[in-house]
Amino acid sequence: MSSTLLNVEELQVHFKVYGGILKVLNDVALTVNEKEKVGLIGESGCGKTTTMKAIMRILPWNAIVPKAKIYFKGKDIMKMSDSELKRLRRRSISMIFQDPTAALNPVFKIRDQLFDIVKYANLEMGKNLSKKEIEEEAIRLLREAALPEPERILDSYPFQLSGGMRQRVCIAMALASAHELLIADEPGTSLDVTIEDQILRLLKQIVEEKRTSIILISHALGAVKGFVDRVYVMYAGCIVESARTPDLFREPLHPYTKGLLAAVPKLTGGGIPSGIKGRVPDYMNPPLGCRFVTRCEYAMPICEKKQPRMIKAGNDHEVACFLYGE
Amino acid sequence: MRLITYIAKRVGYTVFVLLGLSILIFTLARVLPGDPARMALSPRAPEWAVEKLREQLRLNEPLPIQYIYWLRDVFSGSLGESLVTRRDVLTDITEFLPATLELLLFALIFDVIIAIPIGMLAGRKANTWIDNLVRGFAYIGVTIPAFVFAIIFLLIFGYILQIAPTVGRLSPGVMPPPRITGLITIDSLITGNFSTFVDALSHLILPSFALALGPIAQEARITRASVVENLNKDYILASISHGIPERLIVLKYLMRPSLIPTVSILGLDIASLMGWAFLVESIFNWPGMSRYGIIAMLRKDLNAIVGVVMVTGLVFAIANIVVDVIVSLLDPRIRMVERAK
Amino acid sequence: MLEKLKDLGILSPRKAEDYKKAWYKFSRNPLSVAGLVIVIVVVALAILAPYVTPYPHHAEYYVDFANANQPPSLAHPFGTDQFGRDVLTRIIFGFRYSLMMAATVLAIVTPPGVILGLIAGYYRDRWIDTVIMRIADIFVAVPPLVLALSICAVLEPNIFNAMMAVSLMWWPWYTRLVYSMASSLRMEPFVQAAEIIGASKIHIMFKEILPNCLGAILTKVTLDAAWVIILGSALSFVGLGAQPPTPDLGTMLSDGAKYMPTIWWITVFPAIAIAVIVLGFNLLGDGIRDIYAAEAR
Repeated sequence: MSSTLLNVEELQVHFKVYGGILKVLNDVALTVNEKEKVGLIGESGCGKTTTMKAIMRILPWNAIVPKAKIYFKGKDIMKMSDSELKRLRRRSISMIFQDPTAALNPVFKIRDQLFDIVKYANLEMGKNLSKKEIEEEAIRLLREAALPEPERILDSYPFQLSGGMRQRVCIAMALASAHELLIADEPGTSLDVTIEDQILRLLKQIVEEKRTSIILISHALGAVKGFVDRVYVMYAGCIVESARTPDLFREPLHPYTKGLLAAVPKLTGGGIPSGIKGRVPDYMNPPLGCRFVTRCEYAMPICEKKQPRMIKAGNDHEVACFLYGE
Repeated sequence: MRLITYIAKRVGYTVFVLLGLSILIFTLARVLPGDPARMALSPRAPEWAVEKLREQLRLNEPLPIQYIYWLRDVFSGSLGESLVTRRDVLTDITEFLPATLELLLFALIFDVIIAIPIGMLAGRKANTWIDNLVRGFAYIGVTIPAFVFAIIFLLIFGYILQIAPTVGRLSPGVMPPPRITGLITIDSLITGNFSTFVDALSHLILPSFALALGPIAQEARITRASVVENLNKDYILASISHGIPERLIVLKYLMRPSLIPTVSILGLDIASLMGWAFLVESIFNWPGMSRYGIIAMLRKDLNAIVGVVMVTGLVFAIANIVVDVIVSLLDPRIRMVERAK
Repeated sequence: MLEKLKDLGILSPRKAEDYKKAWYKFSRNPLSVAGLVIVIVVVALAILAPYVTPYPHHAEYYVDFANANQPPSLAHPFGTDQFGRDVLTRIIFGFRYSLMMAATVLAIVTPPGVILGLIAGYYRDRWIDTVIMRIADIFVAVPPLVLALSICAVLEPNIFNAMMAVSLMWWPWYTRLVYSMASSLRMEPFVQAAEIIGASKIHIMFKEILPNCLGAILTKVTLDAAWVIILGSALSFVGLGAQPPTPDLGTMLSDGAKYMPTIWWITVFPAIAIAVIVLGFNLLGDGIRDIYAAEAR
């Protein structure tokens, strides 16, 4: 087994809002190994993006982090100095935001935005590129993201590009600095299905070629199935199950995972997917015990009182549920 | 659409609006109750004098004819005779307008160079004591009207502390520089007369600051709000996550989008500055067009009132076009999408 | 059908519960509550002026040169003016004129301004839109204060004419506000739904679009109350509005300014009074805006 790249333990993130505190992330723990493709799935609003923002240390101002251990190659990101953090962001990890339209600055040309990223990413590696070299590098990145006519793209403003092109520009930007880990937050979900599929294929091809790790966030199981090696299932700010991809699809353990799988429409028939009743709980007053208890059809008395811990349920398969023992 | 075409379109529309304005103000000045000629003269003036003035103002003609006469005069370079100065209103305005423009210009400069930095600072330090201080100041600035500031400044800095002059554009005995632009500060710099420049500047400080405080407060509030909003936008987070240096993020990626609303409301600021200038010029005895306008209003000097309103409208329209051009330079979406319409 | 849509939450309903929620949101910001308190106190003082002021007969014409220009004391907390009148009394009576001005102007201006905006916005890009909005553009082609001053100038200077002058130039601001809202609201699903089921134009404008503009209108009315008060005092200050001996805050300011800086209290206290009343309406307006802003989210 290859060595650990990213290791998140006991990550808690709360948000201070009008009227109280939202306890969003509750002891999130996950691991990404070198060259590994990891999926993180769950409904919208369950804290996937917040987890990633915590890793990049770009949480909004009203976020409180009571507890966090985020190790990247053995070093705690939370305790990094400014220059270490810059090095991490410019060289090692990069994030592709969920909505490419929002992630691009609307009032600057792609040229401005991409050039700055390329410039500082290379500066960190000791290369002070000339303007011409920056341009060459930027064009190479855009080509790598499968964008035709990169010169024209450089001279465009974001609003002049199609959604798919914007997504690819975001990927190109991420490639400038993602030499070890790429975080892709629901790439392509805002686009139509065929383009989403193209984007996912592109990402897969890129990470396999460059041999970098990736965390692929998605709310759809189908999207990650043919892509990632391992999947984390997240519900209401907690990781509830993790397993190798084939294992998870063959034998989902947590009631929530089962629900998610059942919610996927199958081409082979079987009627309308059943789905999961109810909504993600109120983060202001989350259930004391298991956060899924309000929607779980197998709920037991203990589930309301105690938080289930992740327990081993097979080879590389863990689940946080009392159905599988204490 | 090219910038030039855009400006040409705006200028065309401005001509339409100013024509409309002239009809509006011309009509109001003549259909509202009361005899303008009688009001302009004293109530005890003999009837023949009133009749003579009526004749001179063409008040006996039907309204549309009066207007056409007025318009014809305008195109031949006359706004009619002022009852107060007995000169053509246009001559008067050309003499007094530069003083007003100088005052407005300095107020606007103060507005921009103070409001933007403190608004950005408050936005970046949202919900800290700095932010609260700026917000508290902004409330005071929004609440107290400019003419009250003018009186307070007059009292504190003019009379009690005596650190700044309170009357006119130059100290008695200081020779004004030769008239090039009419703006004393600029003319004195062009002619290299530095002491005159300093004297003119010291006279500008109090009135322009009294005018600027309200807009400064307004702009600081807007800038703060848009900085706070933009700071949580994905594109700023993305810039941070790519390791762009903080200084570059703030001065480039945050500043430009945040300034769009700030610059957009400069038009409203200019409206407020131009309006309050009428009172502030009177309080500081500033020999500008606005004070001339107030005197004309109090004396019921119809030609002068119409002339001052029209020139104010013209300056305001030009200022608005400039503001819109700056906004469109800052925001490519407006430049390319709106103008395509 | 409409009721059903309302039940489904597609149309915006207004129930007692909503008001409770709105008050809850409003009351959470102490500044908004402070604004409300200031406005209530000022209104109460203005209504009860003859009973709460120490020298109600000083309000209008009154001369007592023996007690002229007295500095603040126990008998005259804000001092007396050049005619020996109690400044506190005159300020409280001054609130009456300020509030009357604001109430009258806004009552005259809001309905036509809003209706024109609704029509222009709903019939966007038709000839009626063009006519209304181009006329509105002409009225805002000059800064509001300048237009108000010049209209006042051609009328007899008194407080009634000042109100008429301000009203005449104020309506386009409401038209523009409602216009921008109406022209986007008409594309909303609930308006389209009402159109499909054949609701009348009047119904759509007043029952579907207007209720959704009320928050913004109410906010603007509150903030504008402050503006009209400032404008009124400015008109009186230059002598084109209320005339002495009317106890108008602007008139008092301009009277007092002549006696600066020695007899400062004649000027400073009315100035503070204007600031307080304006602050009150501004805080209240911001609080009302917060209620609707939070709702929109």
